Amino acid sequence: MKIHEYQAKELFKKYKIPIPDGGIALTPDEAKKIACDIGDFPILIKSQIHAGGRGKGGGIKLVNSFDEVASITKSIIGSPLITHQTGPEGKIVKRVLVEKSLKIEKELYLSIIPDRATAKIVIIASEAGGMDIEEVASITPEKIIEVYINPLLGIQPYHCPQVAFGLKLSPTLTRQFTSILINLYRLFMDYDCTLVEINPLAITADENIVALDAKINFDDNALFRHKDILKYRDLAEEDPLEVEASRFNLNYIKLNGNVGNMVNGAGLAMATMDLIKLYGAEPANFLDVGGSANAEMVENGFRIILSDKNVKAILINIFGGILRCDMLARGVAKAAAEAGTKIPVVIRMEGTNVEEGRRILAESGLNFTIAADLKEAVQKVTQLVKS
Amino acid sequence: MSIFVDNNTRLLIQGITGKEGRFHTQKCIEYGTNVVAGVTPDKGGQKVDDVPVFNTAKEAMEKTGANCSMIFVPPAFAADAILEAVEAEIELIVAITEGIPVIDMIKIKNYIKNTKSRLIGPNCPGIITPGQCKVGIMPGHIHKSGGPIGVVSRSGTLTYEVVNQLTLHGIGQTTCIGIGGDPINETNFIDCLDAFEKDPDTEGIVMVGEIGGNAEEEAAEFIKKHVTKKVVGFIAGLTAPPGRRMGHAGAIISGSSGTAQAKIAAMKESDIYVCEDLGSFGEMCAGVF
Repeated sequence: MKIHEYQAKELFKKYKIPIPDGGIALTPDEAKKIACDIGDFPILIKSQIHAGGRGKGGGIKLVNSFDEVASITKSIIGSPLITHQTGPEGKIVKRVLVEKSLKIEKELYLSIIPDRATAKIVIIASEAGGMDIEEVASITPEKIIEVYINPLLGIQPYHCPQVAFGLKLSPTLTRQFTSILINLYRLFMDYDCTLVEINPLAITADENIVALDAKINFDDNALFRHKDILKYRDLAEEDPLEVEASRFNLNYIKLNGNVGNMVNGAGLAMATMDLIKLYGAEPANFLDVGGSANAEMVENGFRIILSDKNVKAILINIFGGILRCDMLARGVAKAAAEAGTKIPVVIRMEGTNVEEGRRILAESGLNFTIAADLKEAVQKVTQLVKS
Repeated sequence: MSIFVDNNTRLLIQGITGKEGRFHTQKCIEYGTNVVAGVTPDKGGQKVDDVPVFNTAKEAMEKTGANCSMIFVPPAFAADAILEAVEAEIELIVAITEGIPVIDMIKIKNYIKNTKSRLIGPNCPGIITPGQCKVGIMPGHIHKSGGPIGVVSRSGTLTYEVVNQLTLHGIGQTTCIGIGGDPINETNFIDCLDAFEKDPDTEGIVMVGEIGGNAEEEAAEFIKKHVTKKVVGFIAGLTAPPGRRMGHAGAIISGSSGTAQAKIAAMKESDIYVCEDLGSFGEMCAGVF
């Protein structure tokens, strides 16, 4: 789960990680009131959307008067912000973070992530802050510091200077930095994060370290033990079809092709998409109905695929094994009949009662094509969209 | 011969009284697996399909001599169940559960290193030695016993597809293992490749990977140096968009790492026969093996 910068900063505050003075505003009046509380210019108006690249996309503005606070806020809220991560249609900005703009001496980078290869928690830091860290890693890898933490031991005192010395911090700054680092690690572990990132982490002209930006991603699988952060989920930031799918425990990702497909199991779903492409067509989506799909899931999946208007043909590939194909076939027939669709559907099923399942589909009077195996299924569905 | 499970496997099932646990216990017994015990706290003394249920893994092991455990415990309690099995010194633990928090698995992976247990999974279909023993949720009937091919995969139903095509082309399997689709799993490609290389009855290996992480690249490097048997590989996710989690928690391209293209290139570099058309997988294997 992703959250907004202002929400991440609320958590930073709770963990005593310094952030600039400011607050969240939904209207120009609210923004002006926060600016009054800050009492000093310049002030930053920061659009709150999940996508990155807000600064380059024009979603972060520096203002110097109360009138400007109001007018800029008015122009941002309700308008789409387009960045390299939002897609061409952009994202509508609903709120802005109004924040004191600080005098910056230097910008650092700091993040914590789990490392899958070593099964350790990694602290990544760099004195080249404010830039895309992947870019720093490829151009000047010597500027990246990585410190690996055994999660059973947690962060130890000696880890902190390893990072601080790498960042060439003065003794005063090292003390401040150490406390930030330890608190950030605690936040990461306490909340089952998959990423906490501060970019930039600024050294101000008056020698303080302050988190100018804040990004936190949480492990969806651990949300059951963090009920307090569920309130941070912003459904408006997610694709409506994907939200709908997640309500039914389906994994759906919308793509740009025209062959809709529904598969049980993530690996087979990806492989089916790849095969559609290999045979000359483009998949419209990824849809995994789960290794143990049932008729209800198939019905819901079918409805979600059909709500994508680009879809010209649908492939259903269910390798059930021990699933009952007759049950699945009934689910598909019911969903197709209810949707009243004319879109052709190619179905490949493996499992028990396969013959019965095929009979149900054949006798449904609907536009179904039955394929004997994967190859035949993908060949048939790609021919349908090409003709 | 086979790897990790065979006729001597005495299976314990943690979470045996749940819906999934109950269903798959029955399927494993039907396949011929020797299921000796089940564990569900507070349900000791009950029976599921004639299998005695115990309150703790330790008690189940002491009373039945179980040497392998399969875990169906829900994600919130699965890490605890795995640790209980490790402390009971069960040799092989197969965690089927999907959705275990990453931090739980990172801790387990660091802890399990110096213990007597091997963990397969989590979020995996399990392991099967056709004709002998099935410890998992895969359909038994698609497999063909007697070898000579070992199969290792990060996926579930994609493995069934691959195995089914092997069987239809008359190619049997020694052992098929699903190592799981999570970002952190314990037994990895290299462990399985090493075991297959040492298994005299395994003559060739099928390796099925997917986007995310660099386990396939590391496996390819290992194959180049240590595997003399022929390997056919397949990678899923050529059309997956970057930054999106494709169903499996571990199947995500982050930045420039974890792409299918990089994995396929690494496999080819190590002289692995890479199948690019899954529709013709069985045909290709019939040619190679």
